[in-house]
Amino acid sequence: MRRVVFILPVVVFITIAGFLAQGLTRDPSELPSALLDRPAPEFDLPPLEGRDDHGLARSDLGGEPMLVNVFASWCVPCRVEHPLINRLAEEGVTVQGINHKDKPEAARAWLAELGDNFTHVGADRDGRASIEWGVYGVPETYIVDPAGTIVYRHVGPLRPEDVEETILPILESIEQ
Amino acid sequence: MIRALALVAALLATPAAAALLPGERLDDPKLEAMARTIGKELRCVVCQNQSIDDSNAELARDFRRIVRERLLAGDSEAEVLRFMTDRYGEFVLLKPPLNSSTIVLWAGPFAILALGGLALAFTLKRRRHAAAATPDLTAEERRRLDELIGEEPGHA
Repeated sequence: MRRVVFILPVVVFITIAGFLAQGLTRDPSELPSALLDRPAPEFDLPPLEGRDDHGLARSDLGGEPMLVNVFASWCVPCRVEHPLINRLAEEGVTVQGINHKDKPEAARAWLAELGDNFTHVGADRDGRASIEWGVYGVPETYIVDPAGTIVYRHVGPLRPEDVEETILPILESIEQ
Repeated sequence: MIRALALVAALLATPAAAALLPGERLDDPKLEAMARTIGKELRCVVCQNQSIDDSNAELARDFRRIVRERLLAGDSEAEVLRFMTDRYGEFVLLKPPLNSSTIVLWAGPFAILALGGLALAFTLKRRRHAAAATPDLTAEERRRLDELIGEEPGHA
């Protein structure tokens, strides 16, 4: 009995330390999407002025796996991740864009400079459509499956590791 | 003394709804009051430790606007909060709701306090028994003790 009493605090300590150690590897400010495994929200955005497009709406989603990338010309990390977005599009991935709280001239110039491989771009001038998606910062990238369900959200700029280890595998797994 | 206390009180007083701009307020005072109540309960997801009423972040401003839009559309307080948690999850509520997944958060500290109290009571009882269980010295041992104490200090 006495041995148990001595071991117990050690066991409790190791258990708590284990959880805390695992917690150290996570980012506490990163929110999981409340929309995971739920259908993408209803929205209907006009096109980016001057872009030959009809805009982006809920009806454009589904049918095939696609990415929805929320970006803005005033967002520095968006600029950093955009080459990766371009590369994904060039490899055949359908990427839709939501231009978040941006001026059309600035967004157009940004795309002209960095490359525009978006299939459609919706201009979310006042940010309301983004709120339907649960967006809380830019950039964010959503993976939508052929049924129109959100299966993954990446907060912040995409890095090559994220593309290799997460985005591409998920896209492949929802291919059917 | 009074002045020091007044200074501390002034420094600690957080201005209510510090970030709300006059132009955001609704005309209907009842709805605006509801909006303020809700605003204090919603977390600014960017700053994460402030309510949307206190945060200067642009997203907080958008959230405040949405709260008022929903109220004008006739939503109740519960419906407005549901609207937000549907899109941003339970984390957007500053007060975590009491349900099966948060019961550990709410009850945990009390449970640990109770456990600690039990352990303390147990230990105290053991100590008291141990003290009571010490037998008195026998006559033989008492004689030896007197002999030893009788020796001059410094001897082994």
